[in-house]
This record gives sequence, structure tokens and C-alpha cells, in this order.
Amino acid sequence: MASTNVSRRRVLRGMLGGTAVTLGLPLLNAQLNGNGVALASGAPVPTRFGTWSWGLGMNKSIFVPKTIGANYDLPEEIESLKPVRDQINILTNFRLPTDGRPNLCHFTGWVAIRTGYIPTTKNDLPYPTVDVLISDEIGTTTRFKSLDLAATGVARDSVSLRNGDTINAPVISAVEFYRQIFGSDFQDPNSAVFKPSTKIMVRKSVLSAVGEQRRQLLASVGSDDRARLDQYFTALRELENRLELQLQRPQPAVACRIPDPVGQEAAPGLDFDLVAARHRSMTDLLVLALACNQARVFNMVYSNSSANTTRPGQAKTHHILTHEELVDQKLGYQPESSWFIRRAMESWSYFVQALASFKEGDGTLLDHSLVFAQSDQEYAKVHSIDGIPMMTAGTANGKVRTGLHIDGKGALATNVGFTLQHIMGVPAGDWGVGSLRTDREVSEILS
Amino acid sequence: MLKPCFRAAAILMLALLAKVPVTLAATEAASTPPELSVEGGPPTVRLISDAQYLNAIAYIFGPDVAPSLHFPPLRRTEGLLALGSKSAGVTAGAVQAYEAVAQTIAANVVDPHHRSFLIGCMPKVETKRDDRCATQVIARYGRLLFRRPLSKAEVKAYVDIAGSDAETLNDFYSGLSSSLSALLVSPEFLYFVETEERDPHNPKNMRLTGQAKAMRLSLLLWNAPPDEELLEAAERGQLQTREGLSKQVDRMLASPRMESGLRAFFDDMFIFEGFNALAKDAIIYPAFTQGAVEAAREQTLRTVIDHLVARNGDYRDLFTTRHTFLNSQLSPLYKLPVEQGGDWVAYDLPADAGRGGLLSEISFLALNSHPGRSSPTRRGRAVREIFLCQKVPDPPPNVDFSKFEDAAHSAKTARGRLAEHATNPVCAGCHKITDPLGLALENFDGAGEFRRTEGNELIDASGSLNGVSFSDADGLGKAIHDSPEAPRCLVQRLYAYGLGYKPGTDQRAWLEELDKRFAAHGYRIVDLLHEIVTSPAFYAVTAPKSGEVVASNGS
Repeated sequence: MASTNVSRRRVLRGMLGGTAVTLGLPLLNAQLNGNGVALASGAPVPTRFGTWSWGLGMNKSIFVPKTIGANYDLPEEIESLKPVRDQINILTNFRLPTDGRPNLCHFTGWVAIRTGYIPTTKNDLPYPTVDVLISDEIGTTTRFKSLDLAATGVARDSVSLRNGDTINAPVISAVEFYRQIFGSDFQDPNSAVFKPSTKIMVRKSVLSAVGEQRRQLLASVGSDDRARLDQYFTALRELENRLELQLQRPQPAVACRIPDPVGQEAAPGLDFDLVAARHRSMTDLLVLALACNQARVFNMVYSNSSANTTRPGQAKTHHILTHEELVDQKLGYQPESSWFIRRAMESWSYFVQALASFKEGDGTLLDHSLVFAQSDQEYAKVHSIDGIPMMTAGTANGKVRTGLHIDGKGALATNVGFTLQHIMGVPAGDWGVGSLRTDREVSEILS
Repeated sequence: MLKPCFRAAAILMLALLAKVPVTLAATEAASTPPELSVEGGPPTVRLISDAQYLNAIAYIFGPDVAPSLHFPPLRRTEGLLALGSKSAGVTAGAVQAYEAVAQTIAANVVDPHHRSFLIGCMPKVETKRDDRCATQVIARYGRLLFRRPLSKAEVKAYVDIAGSDAETLNDFYSGLSSSLSALLVSPEFLYFVETEERDPHNPKNMRLTGQAKAMRLSLLLWNAPPDEELLEAAERGQLQTREGLSKQVDRMLASPRMESGLRAFFDDMFIFEGFNALAKDAIIYPAFTQGAVEAAREQTLRTVIDHLVARNGDYRDLFTTRHTFLNSQLSPLYKLPVEQGGDWVAYDLPADAGRGGLLSEISFLALNSHPGRSSPTRRGRAVREIFLCQKVPDPPPNVDFSKFEDAAHSAKTARGRLAEHATNPVCAGCHKITDPLGLALENFDGAGEFRRTEGNELIDASGSLNGVSFSDADGLGKAIHDSPEAPRCLVQRLYAYGLGYKPGTDQRAWLEELDKRFAAHGYRIVDLLHEIVTSPAFYAVTAPKSGEVVASNGS
């Protein structure tokens, strides 16, 4: 297999269509970065970053642990996290000052946490989400820059964007996700025989040729459109670079295996059991996609910010319940609404367990990952955004301590996004706009 | 025709003789036809939509070459997805999707079956490059894909791709596939890039090139890039003359492809993208199957096209007409008999069915409801925003819902649940706009099925619009029919859809003129389209910013 004595050289055109290559080819410089590289020598595998989103927040009295720090208790809304409690940090009591801008229901909260900006309208999305900033840093050397999924099955359910006009569209079907990852273009990183694909070589040359049109086309349009077209050419160039990497023998991925094809799609709809089934199918495929080094950045939307999740036979969606259900005087919360939050947390627990139970090298996929979970509101009944619940899971290859309940004590919620970027190697001196601007990390979770 | 300065002087002279006080500017403004006073906006660069992409491929290569595709959705702007195309960016994932689809299409075009009729020449030796044949193919398809002739240098560049890859792969057709793929991945295919040039008749002004006019015309009327005949007219300069433009407009309006264009427009205006994820609770609404979802969308589009195109009907009558189409999937929801397994059947709804017009069709009712119940507020808001072009603000974040909880808990009907909203000053401002309209549709449940009661209480479907009261959905439909806002809204939407951007204040007078002409034509949409696409206003462009190059593609 791969020999460290192999010198750096490019794949020669003459090898295409010729003898199958059995010696390992050298790694590109871009694959050697501060996040680590998978080598036969046993160096740490690359750190993955992902986000997980659910709508309509929590009921504080039964969600927020009473204990601060390690060994935190698990109130009933998050009791499903028990199997993975020690691998999850819960972050509560962080605030979002809005600089006098209106709190746009089911919007301001998640936009502020993910982009560091308080929008003035629902069309005001000028900044990239934190996962896009991270994928710009670590996502250019894998087959996919990021993997975006929506368990809702709704094509517009995405919280990953470069700006309001450039939103990462999610895959909404497990069948489609399988085809995308493990379909005919999949290269098994552990295949004993590697033959640089002539198809990929040809595809790469096509993109290169198209890229040469850039100067002429940009000269023919106005300045406003020049930036948009330039963005297109940049994306084209990035794809060309990723195809170039696929002409090199892939890094061995010891935990990679090809799953069986997904047979049947869950029926459309937002019934909680349909959403959970989609979520499970997609999570199981995502784990293998990550293990096979298809991407390093991922986003999963369990429910969108309005969370219209339903229960069969019941007229009221989760969202309607948050506004119409009476607060049970004895319990102190809305029980039907809480029911849905518990289902969301069960899926979050499944997600974390899927990563935690997947062996990879001398650890698990979760050990080699950092996942950030957030909601859009703190208390959906009144659309409050101070204290929105957030969590992290995974140690990011040892950079993050886990198993802690962090009480933010009113610190800026953007401290979290800033911290995530630093952990993942984004060289940011500060992050956020206006009163959300910060240069402070949540040091309690750093190793 | 007198030059403007001479005209103004003549008018001033007459005014002075008549001892009528007048200002020169007012005179000038009063005499200038509104369509000529439009400044327009800069040329647009619009990202291709799924439907436009498929229409292009189907026209150029046939209907069985493109795979199913779902590119990222555009941002809905001012009520239309079409306006989002002007500012749409592309993500890394989107580019990957474009490239994958391009590969598939190109491979299909050159496969043994399709090449026999799509590739009009044969290579001398199939395992080698053949620049003569490649040039012929690339020049032909490049022109249709880019909507302009390729220059010799451009053709050579694509021929070199074909030749180089033919040599690598020892196969002419594989090389040709590469060059076709390159054309399909080029931004000149994926974006509709409008270009402008100096107006030779008025060098201080700019005008859209013939190619750009062709694109704007074809996207509005056919939701597709220009066809061969329109391209040729553009290249010959014929679209820069009134006669040449009219000839193409008449041809395109009479074409069956108009149906595709109008379907795309109404699908966008009615926000039918909601059907892509629509599902109802299977226990509460067992008749609302996945088949019914698809059928509901088709029913309304079919009704609209039949009424506006085949019958050349009055747009306003869409809100009252009982003539529609049904199939077996919709039969259980309408409780009207339709032959099982049959095709669509033209149907005149009975007068006592309580239904008439778009607002009582399953599409509108089900889309603007919750999965398990109706929503007067959603429906009322949809009526305002979709059909009357009126914006309803979002609810404020800090509403105290405790006042509504008891009402919501105990009321049997939606009217009861919403009663507090109508009187509470925090809520009434918006709910008074939406609920009187939506409550008139309460005889239809969340799936659009008719009902007389809710919770064993008789439903009160009374409401009002613009001071006109009504007692049921028929009354609401008639009120919309009679409202001046409905046809005005259609004009606004259709015009913006065609421009690709929201018209500025310079277009206000022209839009008001279009309102009048629409009325004068009996609210017939084909006549409205004719007015729009034959007016100079539709193609008006502003000068480029200082320092920007003015391009011309020789049209």
C-alpha cells in the first residue's frame, strides 16, 4: 500500500487508460493542514465540523440542567441525551442584543447565532453562516465542500448560506443522498487497485476550459453582476480542484464501507415519525460519507425554525401548540409542545450516538468531529431569543472538552460561533456585527 | 413626428395664445406617452430556472435527453421567484449539480441512438478527432445554447476540447460529449446575460441588443430561451423595428408554447412551489393522497390556461367561474363523480356546490392551511398578497397569547378562535386585513373539502372586502372579481416577471396606462401580453455606469 518513500509527482497523462496503479500516489500539500491528515502512520484523521438545527427552542424549567459544569443533570426534556451526555456540552444563558432592530419571529435568533448579524428584514442576509466560513477553510479538499440535509423533506429548509441569494440547498431524500455519495462517481478509498479515472480527467479539462471564458464575460456585464459571475467562476475553479484531487489515489479511510442502497423513501410530510425516519436514514448515510472522506462539513436540519412537525390525527402542529396551548398550571409548561421538543432531542441523541458508536482508527467519528446544535428561539410561545439553547458534541480531535453545562451568564451568543471558528482553524480576529461583535471565546470548553 | 423640443415649443405657443398658464416641464410630461417616459433599469443577468433549463434542452435536443433535476430554489422576491433569478448566486453544491447534469445530457446526445438524428455529420474515423464535424455541431448547438452565434475563436476553443478529449479517449463522440458538456456548464448558458448597445437612432441613449430583446421576450411568453426563428430575427436586426418585433410577438402568442409560458408564470404567482412539500394528516384528511396533491396543482393551472388562452376569457372571471377540470384523484375531495382511471374531465360545478372560482379550488385552500386544519388567517393573507398585491406584516414577536388561550381552547369554530384577534388592538390591525377574507372560506376544511359545520356548530362564512359584505365563498369571489386591485395586481406581477426586476417609479405612469389598456381589452391576458411585449418600455435600459464597457454581440 502507500509507501512514504514515494516522491511527489503528478499523475501522467499517459497512465490514463493504461496500467492500473497499485502504488500509492503522494498527497497534495492542501491535504496537509493543521487539522491533521489520515496517514498509514496513524496520525489523527481530519476534524469534521457539522451543525444540527431544531425549531422552537425549549421549556427552560425542564430543559436547562440545574447543575453547572460536569456531571450535569438531565431534566425531562433532554433525558434522551443520557447515553451521550458526557460527549455533549450544553450552552445556556447566552444573549443576543438586537441594537434596537425588531425581533423577527423564527428568524432573528438563528440568523444571529449562525451569521453574527441581526437582520433588519427577512431578506436581509448579507453574511455567511459559520459553517460556510469553516467549509471555506477545510472543505476545499474533499469531493463535496459540504453535505446539507433536511430531515423535513422540504427543499427550502436550510440554515447554511453565504448570503440570502446563495443558500446551500439541502438533500431532502435518503435515496437521493445515497445516489449522490455512493452512486457511479464514488471512488472507494480502500480499493486495492486505483486507476485515475479518465472520466474525471476529462471533466476537469472541461471545467478548466470554461474557466478561461471568465475575463471576456466579466468585461461584458455591469459591476453588480460581475461579482455574481465571478462567484460562479470561483465555484467552478474549486470544483476543478476537487476533481484534480480525485485523480490522486484517495487517502485510505479505514472505517469506510459502502452501505446497501436505500430501498424506499419515507412518505412526504412532517409527521414526527416520518421526520425521525428520514433523519435516521440520512444520519446513517452521513456517518459513512464522513468516514469515507466525502466531506468534512455537514449540516442537518431536523426541523425548521417554525417547526410545523405534526402528530398523526392531531390538528395542531408543534408551532400552533406553542401559541395556543395552555400552560399547565401544575407542570408549569405546555405539555403537548414539550412533547415535540422531546422528540427533537431524541433525534439529536440518535445523531450523536451514530457518530459516537462509529469506530474510526483509534477513536470514534465523534472524537474526530465537532457538531454544533442550536435552536431558533428560547421560549417559542413569546419568541424570546436571549438564552437560545445551544450544544456542542464531539472533541474535535481533542481540542474540545465535553460533558459540561456552561452557563453563559449573559455573555454574547456569538462567542460560541467565534469559538467554533477558532477550533476549526478559521483565522478570525473577531466575528459579528454591531453589538454582536466579539473576540471572546467560550474558554470553558477548550482543552 | 416633431422632435420633443419643437413639440414643446409649439404647445407653449398655443398655450400663450390661449392665455393658458403652463410650465414647459408639465407640458412636456403631459404630452409624452407614458411608455416612452420609462427609463428602465440596467441589463439583467438572470440565473436559469429548472423549468427554463428543461425547456431549453427539450427544444434543442429533444424531450428524452435531460435527467430530472432540482437545482437550488430561487429566492422569492416581491412575490415572484422569477425576480430572485436576477440576484441569485451559486453555491459549490449547485455548481456540482450543474456539472453532473451537463455530463448526463452531453452523454445522452452522443449516444448511438440520439447521435443518428442529433449529430448531423459523421467523423471520418470514429476513434479519432474530426474537427470538421465537431465545428459543425458546436457552431449549431452553441448558438442555440448561448442564444447568439459563437465567434470563430469560441468555436475553435470548443472544437479543441472535443479534439483533445477525442484523442485521449480514442473516441470522436466522447470528445464531442466533452465540448457539449462545456457549453452546458458555461455561464453563458446558465445565465441569461442581457447586453446593451448605443442606440444608433439616438446615440445618447442605450438599447438592448436584439439578442437581449429576444431573451426577454421568450422568457416571458414561453419560459424558454429563444427558438431558431426568434434568434434569426434578432441576428438580422428585425427585433429593433416595430414591424419585425410585432411579427415575432404574433407568432409566439399564437404558438402552443404560450401555454408553457403562462403555466410557469401562474405557478410562480400562485406560490405553487408549496406543493413540492405539501402533505396533510392522513387520519384527518384520508382523501388527500399524494395523487391529490399533484392533481390539485394541475387542476388550477389547467383551469387558468383553458379560461385565459383557449377561451380568451376575462381574467377576473377566474374568481367566479364554475368551469374547471377534475380527475379521479380529486373526485373524493370535491364529492363529485369522475370516472375512475380516466383523464381530466371538463366540469361545470353545480351552482349549489358552494364553489366557484380559484379561491374555492383545492389548490388554494389546501396550500394555505395547516396539515390538520384550516387557517382563515393564512388564506386571508394569501388572498391579499397573491391576488391583490397587498403586503400583510408578520406578527409581532411579543404578543401576549394568554388572552387567546381560553378562546382557542373553548371555541368550536375558527371564527370563535379568532374573535379575540379581531378586537384586541395589538392584533386587530393585521387580522382585520386577513380574517374577513379567510373566514369566508371556512366552509372548506384544511384539505379543501366542503363542510357546513365545525365542531357541530354551523359555520358563519360572512366577511367583507373594501366595504362590500358577503356571506360565503361565492360572495368573496365576486368581491375579488369586482375589486380594481385584482387586475392591477396581475398587471404588476406579469410586468415585473417579464422584466426580471421590480419596476421603478419611472414605470408608474406606464403601469397605470397598462391597467387601462387591460380593462379596455376586456381583461384578456393575451392582449395584455401583446401590449407589454410590443411596448418600448419593456425593453428600456439605462446607460452603463461610468467606466463600464458597453458590449455588443453584433445583433
